[in-house]
Amino acid sequence: MTDTRETTQATGQDHGHDHGQDHGPLSYRFLTLIWAGLMVLTAITVAVSKVDLGFMNVAVALGVASIKASLVIFFFMHLKYENWIIKGMVLTAFVILAIAIGLTFVDVGYRY
Amino acid sequence: MAEVAAPLVHKDYHASKMGMWLFLFTEILLFGGLFLLYASYRAKFPQAFHEGGKTLDVFIGGLNTVVLITSSLTVALSITALRRGALVFCQCLLAFTVACAGTFMVNKFIEWSAKFHHGLIPGSEHMAQLPQGQSVFYGLYFAMTGLHGIHVIIGASVILWVMLLIKQGKVTGEDYVVLENAGLYWHIVDLVWIYLFPLFYLIS
Amino acid sequence: MDHTHDPQATAFYKPDETGGKSGLASWIFSTDHKRIGLLYLSLILLMFCAATVLGLIIKLKLMTPGSTLLSPQQYNAMFTLHGVIMIFLVVIPSVPASFGNIFLPLHIGANDVSFPRLNNFSWWLYVIGALLALTSIFTGDGAPDTGWTFYVPFSERTTTNVSVAVIAVFILGFSSILTGLNFITTIHRLRAPGMTWKKLPLFAWSLYATGWIQVLATPILGITALLIFAERVLKLGLFNPAQGGDPLLYQHLFWIYSHPAVYIMILPAMGVISEIIPVFSRKPIFGYNMIAFSSLAIAFAGSLVWAHHMFTSGMSDTAVLVFSFLTFVVAIPSAIKVFNWLSTLYKGSISLDPPLLFALGFILMFSIGGLTGLVLGSAGTDIHVHDTYFVVAHFHYVIFGGTGLGMFAAMHYWAPKVFGRMYDHAKAAWSFWLIILGMNVLYFPMFIMGLQGMPRRYYDYLPQYAPLQMVSTWGSWFLAAGLILMFWNLYQGCRYGPPATKNPWGGATLEWTLPSPLQHEAFHHDPVAPEPYDYKGVNPDG
Repeated sequence: MTDTRETTQATGQDHGHDHGQDHGPLSYRFLTLIWAGLMVLTAITVAVSKVDLGFMNVAVALGVASIKASLVIFFFMHLKYENWIIKGMVLTAFVILAIAIGLTFVDVGYRY
Repeated sequence: MAEVAAPLVHKDYHASKMGMWLFLFTEILLFGGLFLLYASYRAKFPQAFHEGGKTLDVFIGGLNTVVLITSSLTVALSITALRRGALVFCQCLLAFTVACAGTFMVNKFIEWSAKFHHGLIPGSEHMAQLPQGQSVFYGLYFAMTGLHGIHVIIGASVILWVMLLIKQGKVTGEDYVVLENAGLYWHIVDLVWIYLFPLFYLIS
Repeated sequence: MDHTHDPQATAFYKPDETGGKSGLASWIFSTDHKRIGLLYLSLILLMFCAATVLGLIIKLKLMTPGSTLLSPQQYNAMFTLHGVIMIFLVVIPSVPASFGNIFLPLHIGANDVSFPRLNNFSWWLYVIGALLALTSIFTGDGAPDTGWTFYVPFSERTTTNVSVAVIAVFILGFSSILTGLNFITTIHRLRAPGMTWKKLPLFAWSLYATGWIQVLATPILGITALLIFAERVLKLGLFNPAQGGDPLLYQHLFWIYSHPAVYIMILPAMGVISEIIPVFSRKPIFGYNMIAFSSLAIAFAGSLVWAHHMFTSGMSDTAVLVFSFLTFVVAIPSAIKVFNWLSTLYKGSISLDPPLLFALGFILMFSIGGLTGLVLGSAGTDIHVHDTYFVVAHFHYVIFGGTGLGMFAAMHYWAPKVFGRMYDHAKAAWSFWLIILGMNVLYFPMFIMGLQGMPRRYYDYLPQYAPLQMVSTWGSWFLAAGLILMFWNLYQGCRYGPPATKNPWGGATLEWTLPSPLQHEAFHHDPVAPEPYDYKGVNPDG
């Protein structure tokens, strides 16, 4: 039962119409808004880097970068509108990357 | 369990997209190996990375960020344009994207040339004699931005190819998964830069 | 049943009457998963034979102490090539690229994989990678002498042809990625109506888990290979201690791929075993859910344990503790599989046909290899036996005794289906016993020598090891004899054997509903998904 959704999407005989589920293309306006958000975030991250916050500089820079990355992934790359299978796959990939880096720090974190 | 799957001969859009996403994961993990090195060496040489970051030009880096994000927007817009049947607009947007890729590479060239001018050439005596950690910083800088640059060139070439397909009518408003996948690839190129920019230029 | 024509005449490996390419082009540019599978199989077996000859030469050199047969440099090149060819050109593609390609689509009721052209491209990448690997042997300043691990700093400094070899590895990795990507998508998208995840044959489950490792781990190998190349050509100094680089980070990167890679090697073979055991026990597989789940669990847990290859390298003690613990975790799903296979055999109506013989051989050898793996995974004992023959014996038991026998089991199980002819069972059984005998005589003494301190990769050894080295070399001859008999018997059978029936073993998965040999197009309409391990009403033909 779990994968009904995945497979029912494939039932459409005419490939042109079973695509993209029930929504049409994202509007120019919406995409441009996302772009504007990315620009603002870029400005923020550059501005914050001029202020010395110590360790927080790294946290803010990476935090802002991750928000930007999420905007790109969810909207420009349409992940928000994909089914849960693709979403789960993307999550898996990032989890594996995090594990690789995280477990390496079990070594280097205690050695350097 | 009434499940119905794709008929035997059928152009499966979801398969194409799934395949593309899986391929993008390999790109993320390819760069992931370098991010792992960056994180480790940064932990080892915080001061050297601090000094190294200061020598990079935030203006050029920031400009390239704006260029890439804008090119990401135009690719996203081009899909909407194609689906709405605005073929000429779509081609213009894609051409603009390729132009952004060119701009990015020109900026990169200027930046690298300046580094070479200061004797920061991989494998050179000067690099080897830098304080411990600094040469690692520049080594990573060249490796990561270099690999990213190669991806910019590949991505732009793919977009040029899709423009040709649109022109030939092989990619249309009804059959546009090739453009979508090319767009996905281009967004990944953007995504990597979104992290490279703060890691090299801002954290100093 | 169609009695009107001879299925041999229209087999998929015969020219296709309905048009399309012909001759050589109809093979090397084929998008038919069955033909691509055969292309892979033939090249993999060719490479296997080449690397086996290298292994035999190594054993011959080691038969007596002293400087015999090979120079030290030649010896280093020999074991490097033996490792590189066996790992990257044979074992990693072995089961998935050959039998996976042929039978995965058929198992799920599809006529091909999701991306047939990509499938062909991945075979070409394999060919290019193989050719580059050969090039690295015969050009430049001699064949690579680093061992298959390409450890820095030696791999950055040696003047041998490492640069070409790592590019070959990069390309072979790409080929492996594309196969995995194709299989994942195929399983998600092309299952026949009613083929739910719980009706998926366990072979498909194992290929699904393998596909994920291929997609997520292999890129790390890609960047590692590229970095070696960059270090050698551009001298970035990323791993050079003089400039602050850390060679251990290379080892981390290398094993982040190469440990999960051992599960790329073993999982598909486990899938084959899960197919064979119930068929020859005439009993539904015991613990279907757990076997399917343990494939995924192995794939995931396998990505957590890589640094157990580095216990003596000087990494932090915390890391040694953590990775040693995690290594024990990964033993659990492997043991789940073994116990489920044994429970399937229990009170079954067992027929000891050649495929089951090889499958039982797999369980024996894999269990020995797996349990000695725990000795290595435990940091305390590993320090004693690290980089000794104990390690060499361990991974030959797992990789050759496991994946190798799994591959041979697959060949004996599916050859009648692919070629439509049956081989000689008695000769197959003889070859099996010779191979099992040879393997154990060859590799078991290495456990003992390893415990006594014999280091791996050494050109020469102390006289005290001479008797066991001699025995080990004898074992390699038994093994070679068994392999020759097996390949000859299979060749004779597939070429001239009596026609095989549709379902000679009584399997319940979909490929046994198709004619033997396989035809150009497998399914003319969507098949009904069967219960893959329900043998009620399914009997061996004849």
